[in-house]
Amino acid sequence: MDPKPLWLLAELTYKCPLQCPYCSNPLDFAGPRFRRELSTEEWCRVFREAKALGVLQLGLSGGEPTLRTDLEDLIREAHGLGLYTSLITSAYRLTKERLAALKAAGLDHVQISIQGADADLSDAVAGTTSYRDKIAAYHYTRELGFPLTVNVVLHRRNLHQVEALIRLAESLGAERIELANTQFYGWALHNRDALMPTKAQLDDAWRVVQRERARLGTTLEIVWVLPDYHEQYPKPCMGGWARSYMTVTPAGEVWPCHAAGRITTLTFENVREHPLEWIWEHSDAFTRFRGDAWMPEPCRSCPRKTQDFGGCRCQAFLVAGDAALTDPVCTLSPHRHLIDAAVAEVEGAVGAVDWTYRAAPASRALAAKG
Amino acid sequence: MTAASPPTVPRLHAKARLQHDGVRGRDVLLYPEGLIALNPTGAEILGLCDGVRTVTDIVAALERRYGATGESVERDVTAFLAGLAAKGLVTYGS
Repeated sequence: MDPKPLWLLAELTYKCPLQCPYCSNPLDFAGPRFRRELSTEEWCRVFREAKALGVLQLGLSGGEPTLRTDLEDLIREAHGLGLYTSLITSAYRLTKERLAALKAAGLDHVQISIQGADADLSDAVAGTTSYRDKIAAYHYTRELGFPLTVNVVLHRRNLHQVEALIRLAESLGAERIELANTQFYGWALHNRDALMPTKAQLDDAWRVVQRERARLGTTLEIVWVLPDYHEQYPKPCMGGWARSYMTVTPAGEVWPCHAAGRITTLTFENVREHPLEWIWEHSDAFTRFRGDAWMPEPCRSCPRKTQDFGGCRCQAFLVAGDAALTDPVCTLSPHRHLIDAAVAEVEGAVGAVDWTYRAAPASRALAAKG
Repeated sequence: MTAASPPTVPRLHAKARLQHDGVRGRDVLLYPEGLIALNPTGAEILGLCDGVRTVTDIVAALERRYGATGESVERDVTAFLAGLAAKGLVTYGS
């Protein structure tokens, strides 16, 4: 049976007031490739085509999606189609009035990031004073009756706060806290040495998660996104390439995941030139790694291939140099030593490594370098 | 037959929404970052969770609709709702 997508991530803009050094946006987000943002009508057409194709879950993300002044119109269209809408926001300068307007437009769920459990660390990681806005917005979401997800990207400098972060989410009455260990793509890969945790940090945090899960039950769902460099086997990335998920970038390119645009050996199509259905069914980017015919050894004869789908194509490209290889995280991969070396470097490091904040000047410089 | 059931009223949690999936010809339960595909009976049970009916009422309504009797309907309804309650998608009130 041909797979149909269930999930659409709409990256409405790459503009963002925050500067998190692990941002999953492309390094060249401020370059010419992403400059001409889709209009309100173009996005509405994308949502209609997505629904007709089978999409049920819509993530409205960025950058910072609330910078789009037409967000209410976009949500109204998506809600009218029956899509379940989630806003993924930094909550920077987000007012209760704006949230109420988004609720009236039909928004279902709000996901607000936080960068640390206290203002000092959160603002230092974000590179922008934003902690107070976030705490205020958490309370607004509860007052307005939104289900709330607190979203934290975990790394070397905030993993020690896992317990405080869970307690914070609990005190706010959140439904979920997503503790997402940094996945090394985009800016996170650029800043890998500064962000990579130690094994001891991960073990401590995992113990806290298990204990808190037992304590909280269904009161607060704790999602723990695995730190894949420290695993033996790769993650089942996106549930398999082009099986249930698609990302549309601010300027209309369609990717099988939000990191795939970095794979220079794939051709990406644009919603301005093709219907979404054609892109899903026929474009090079979506068909190249669908199914398992593309798989090399050790994946081809591996019984795990139906569970992990060969892991992540982006990671194979970024770390091993070829998107058609086994994910180098897999201990059966001939490139696993590249992952081990990155982990060992941090275990042996003394002192903190500086990171580069995600910001437009740095992005333009990286875009110019190619 | 249903005398042992407490007078609890199951309710779909506010974060969850029933939606018809026309492309796949089924109903689904949508919630933050997830979805559950429902079989026709599951969709029907959730359709009866109106915040007024008790579990006993829902069982009785299904028995009337299908002319079924016995403990199996009650067992199925209770197990189905308990599964969703364990995920925080159904809550019980009175």
